[in-house]
Amino acid sequence: MHIIENGNTAAALGVKLCRAKVIAAYPITPQTPLTERLSEYVESGEMKAEYIPVESEHSALAVCIAASSAGARVFTATSANGLLYMHEQVQWASGARLPIVMCVVNRAVGAPWNVWNDQQDSISQRDTGWIQLYCADHQQIIDTVIKAYWLAEKVSIPIMVCYDGYILSHTYMPFDLPDQKKVDEFLPPFKPDYALNPDEPANLNTVTLPDVRLDVQGELAHGYMEIRYLLQEDLRTTLKDAAEAETRFARIFGRSEDPYLEPYRCDDADYVAVGMGSITYQMRVCIDVLRKEGIKIGIMGVRFYRPFPDEAIANALKRKKGIIVVEKALSYGYEGTLASDLKSALYEYLAGTGTLPSVQNFIAGIGGREIHTNDLTQILRAASQGRVSKEPTWIGLKL
Amino acid sequence: MGTRSYRRKTSHSENGPGDGGRTGSWRVERPVLDQNLCIPCKRNKEACFICWLFCPEIVISRTIPPQFDLEYCKGCGICAEECPTKAISMVDEAKFSEEKKGEE
Repeated sequence: MHIIENGNTAAALGVKLCRAKVIAAYPITPQTPLTERLSEYVESGEMKAEYIPVESEHSALAVCIAASSAGARVFTATSANGLLYMHEQVQWASGARLPIVMCVVNRAVGAPWNVWNDQQDSISQRDTGWIQLYCADHQQIIDTVIKAYWLAEKVSIPIMVCYDGYILSHTYMPFDLPDQKKVDEFLPPFKPDYALNPDEPANLNTVTLPDVRLDVQGELAHGYMEIRYLLQEDLRTTLKDAAEAETRFARIFGRSEDPYLEPYRCDDADYVAVGMGSITYQMRVCIDVLRKEGIKIGIMGVRFYRPFPDEAIANALKRKKGIIVVEKALSYGYEGTLASDLKSALYEYLAGTGTLPSVQNFIAGIGGREIHTNDLTQILRAASQGRVSKEPTWIGLKL
Repeated sequence: MGTRSYRRKTSHSENGPGDGGRTGSWRVERPVLDQNLCIPCKRNKEACFICWLFCPEIVISRTIPPQFDLEYCKGCGICAEECPTKAISMVDEAKFSEEKKGEE
């Protein structure tokens, strides 16, 4: 059934369809309407779940960690400084291997205080061991939430479903509301390998020594380093599991996407713009304009950011002349993180083959600065005619 | 030998001694019981056992006299602090190693 709703509602409907059992959240703009909507579903009895209003984001994720450890399917959502306040528990959730799904409704971080959209919040959590998925429209938001639960529970790793504040969270778009029966077929009830049980008390993630140890049964148990290595190993193989999720989703719902990348007019392109989130759809307009001018350019959205689909990206971009990475976040003191990650993938797979494209980096829309499609078109036109700058270029800067 | 076949992907410990290794080696002071002051010893009855109750490492037995499992006692001194009759004192471990040397 097609409905017209805003992005936050798309996310809330996805969580409801997935039958999350525990929701803990603290309101922060632009995420607030998402969890408000969930609290209404719980209050009206439409959704059989425990809604736990907490006093902070740190507590919201702590509640999710506890409930997930007890075997419940859980959900939380946040934005910006709320996510930063959660940071300690963010690391804990992945180390504890809990399949929590959290929506991050992307917003700039303070200081200075700013409630508008960029992606610095979730990008700053890149190295926490979570899977990070970026959505470009409302259909992707609801579908990604559903896929995220399946994938998180398959690999025991938490997932951030990220989408742009306001641009997606507060705008209305038509999208297909998946059928509950199909979602139930896609996503069976959560049955963890281990769940806290009062009849068999256990300590989870207490002080774990630098070296391996014998557990109480005399079995050789991991040290801290083994536990952390397994997180890395499983994140790398998650890329394969994501492809399986996509195949399974396509079979049941009849629509499918590339699990990692979303290319548009890239096949014969000499130049490819790369980005994450709603900006990649905005840039399709620029691509169409430039194509009419005879410039062979395409745009590729990165949907899967962590684990990084390095091989898929390198294969998609080999033999291109130039890559233009447009980002709403950066690693301060260097450049956009996607540009760095992408260069590293290209170097790994293409160095010495003579097919290594040049990479230019643009920063746009920081703190909600309006990104004019005309400005983007001009930038892409200039970048496809030669290198603009070695340093990342800030689009629309008024200095 | 590695831990690849271990059943869990994270840190998990169940009831029982020794999950963190032989923590008795961490001890710098050892609890020593004076049976003339200890309530269950004096009455020869199940009584008090505050030390057993408070020990965070479960290394004190609920027996007469209470026994300390020195393999795992970290020497935190909570038992000595809580004992209502001051029957437990914390003694420098160096003293015991000196005694050992003397015996040799």
